Amino acid sequence: MKTIIKSTIALLTVLIAFTSCNNTTKSDRESGALASNVAEKVYVAPGEHDEFYAFISGGYSGNLTVYGLPSGRMFKEIPVFSQFPTSGYGYSEETKPMLNTSHGFIPWGDSHHPDISQTNGEIDGRFIFINENNTPRIAKIDLKTFETTEIIEVPNSAGNHSSSFVTENTEYVVAGTRFSVPIPQRDMPIKDYKGNFQGALSFISVAPETGNMDIKFQVLMPGFNYDLSHPGRGKSHGWFFFTTYNTEEASTLLEVNASQNDKDFIAAVNWKKIEEYVNNGGGTMMPADYAHNVYDEHTHTATSTMIKEVRVVNPIDVPGAVYFLPTPKSPHGCDVDPSGEYIVGNGKLSANLTVHSFTKMLDAIENEKFAGEAYGIPILNFEDVLAGVVEQPGLGPLHTEFDGKGNAYTTFFISSEVVKWKLGTWEVVDRQPTFYSVGHLTIPGGNSGKPQGKYMFAMNKITKDRYLPTGPELEHSAQLYDISGDKMELLLDFPTHGEPHYAAAMRADLIKERSQKIYNLEDNKHPYAAFTDDDTKVVRKGNEVHIYMTTIRSHFSPDNIEGVKVGDKVYFHVTNLEQDFDVPHGFAVLGQNTSELLIMPGQTKSSVWEPTKVGVWPFYCTDFCSALHQEMQGYIRVSPADSNTPIKWSLGEDIE
Amino acid sequence: MVIFLWYKLNDMKTTLKLMTVLFTILLMSCGGKEEKKKEGFSYDKKATTEQKETPKAEKTPASKRVDLTNKGVGPITSVDLGNEIDQNMATHGADVFKKMCTACHRANKKFIGPSPTGILDRRSPEWVMNMILNPDEMVQKDALAKDLLIEFNGSPMANQNLSEDDARAVLEYFRTLK
Repeated sequence: MKTIIKSTIALLTVLIAFTSCNNTTKSDRESGALASNVAEKVYVAPGEHDEFYAFISGGYSGNLTVYGLPSGRMFKEIPVFSQFPTSGYGYSEETKPMLNTSHGFIPWGDSHHPDISQTNGEIDGRFIFINENNTPRIAKIDLKTFETTEIIEVPNSAGNHSSSFVTENTEYVVAGTRFSVPIPQRDMPIKDYKGNFQGALSFISVAPETGNMDIKFQVLMPGFNYDLSHPGRGKSHGWFFFTTYNTEEASTLLEVNASQNDKDFIAAVNWKKIEEYVNNGGGTMMPADYAHNVYDEHTHTATSTMIKEVRVVNPIDVPGAVYFLPTPKSPHGCDVDPSGEYIVGNGKLSANLTVHSFTKMLDAIENEKFAGEAYGIPILNFEDVLAGVVEQPGLGPLHTEFDGKGNAYTTFFISSEVVKWKLGTWEVVDRQPTFYSVGHLTIPGGNSGKPQGKYMFAMNKITKDRYLPTGPELEHSAQLYDISGDKMELLLDFPTHGEPHYAAAMRADLIKERSQKIYNLEDNKHPYAAFTDDDTKVVRKGNEVHIYMTTIRSHFSPDNIEGVKVGDKVYFHVTNLEQDFDVPHGFAVLGQNTSELLIMPGQTKSSVWEPTKVGVWPFYCTDFCSALHQEMQGYIRVSPADSNTPIKWSLGEDIE
Repeated sequence: MVIFLWYKLNDMKTTLKLMTVLFTILLMSCGGKEEKKKEGFSYDKKATTEQKETPKAEKTPASKRVDLTNKGVGPITSVDLGNEIDQNMATHGADVFKKMCTACHRANKKFIGPSPTGILDRRSPEWVMNMILNPDEMVQKDALAKDLLIEFNGSPMANQNLSEDDARAVLEYFRTLK
């Protein structure tokens, strides 16, 4: 009997060994075969187009980068909050006003969370909004031209982080404050933070046709940190949800002092109710000072207007408008599923993921089941609003996205992985490592009622050994996964620029069809534009000299200029007369203290030059425009300040 | 581009041109006063196109060649030129020409590109319109257009994205040029 058992065990062991051996070889073979499949999945043949656009925030570069998926190729860096010498953005006379704020001209920004405009809960590809965290601002980029066309400063905000997410019909782009501050700002002791500082949640209306932004109202909330936010959709349309941390209201050593409470809150804001209150004259106008910068695509020029007041709303003045949903341990991401029923709170320091139910929340409100209040705002019972818990899915949950097929994908910073789980059953169905320490993740169609599935990409904070080393400073890395099957499959690593926080992505077709190729000359209303040789001229106004110049392959008109003096302020107003796709011209003059200009067909841009030295100085086209690009040059003569060299200009003949 | 530049610098003619420019700058930097224009030098300077009638037919510069049957390559396959010039259309054409074409073309002289005066004595109306509307393909596929590009130093005919109506109006304007 013993022998039988023994031999059975032996046989079994051998069998198991064989089986596992077989398994190994089989999976090895599979991964070999898979590897080539994977290459095919991300391969976009030369000249072919990617299926998706991805707009990845540039973080501390202040900009927004445009990528194609699945190839991971970068197509463009769109300057938003930072000067960009490549195109002259923030350097040219036309674009300097874009970077104006109540603190003066600011050459840099920290861009975070891009979000694409929506119609009826679906991504419509008209505009993309992005927030600046440091000096609170929201920018709008027109996806017809891929240019930043509007930036609005957000007063009373500080650390504009829970931004810039749009509602189902782009009624609002919402901007919450990460840091609470004294409102209005005043000189007061920092230690008196508690009970005195406030957090502003700003609802910026977006005009349906033009997309023009306007701060409709700000809700002045208790002095917590409002970390991230998302709109309700479908059944929860009309609500907005914000995670909070530091409900302890600490002003120092937050890594300890803001981790004391077992639960912080998700603030649920019924913005429709507040909108109605405001439309009926509710709220108060308080003095403020903020910049509203608008780029006009006909004059090719931005203007900056300072606005002196803003409407604020005290939430306790609007009963039923704001509630707190207790959520464990300093929640970071605040994500709403495509149906609008589930609100996921990713407690950074919690072992579990918390999911609230919108239906249960309404029910608890209806029955006034409150656990208490914070500064007059009702707190609901955790158990009453809880839909479910994903038990111990990983360490350090940050953000969740949805595939529209009943699955959620959450990133875990500490355990460096993406975990896929099922809405409703809360079971974990797959997990894949990321390399390394993932922050946000994006599924095309992300913040909408209709995610577009197929791919998911994770944006990692740490790169280390993923690419060839480039010294101590590395670009961040992103990883693309195929999510069309049951299991996520890692397809591709690609480097990203700056520090991407969130990204927005969508199918390419809508944007591609509308993408503009040139600016029509006949629509050019720039006050210094020149269209023909009759318009080209050099005009002196005191010590200002305005040069009305044109470019076409391959000359400047005029290309010989005299009569400029040391101490003059010389404005080169350059109009590109080309009307063909992808024929920009550049402009640079020796000793220019700003950047070059890169002028698109039909566009006019201006650069100021204040010559300090007598001489004859060359200017030239910086963009290799044609076979005769090297011939595209000119001279400007600078005479001494006390000289009386007359103003003259010419092209194609000796200057007389 | 670096290679291109290097190549160009190795071109004897360009080196000389550059030296002329440098020499001129040197002279000019002596002071702000009007300086007497010094004669430069000339080395193998290209004669103007009007200069000589070459005996062989194929050596005739493309701008002087006559080909009234070639319609060129592009959207225009037939143009009905009326007996009389449509003055309204020609006026509109003159306006379009002024806005979109004078950066490189002058009615009365060769400029960056050839003068349009008398163009219909040398080209078919279809060819002219195709050259306006479809220059990129024309210089690749039409032998005459290709030769013109070379004759005019590789300076490309820019596609100014004119509508067919505007291009037709420009053609009408060309008929008025004598």
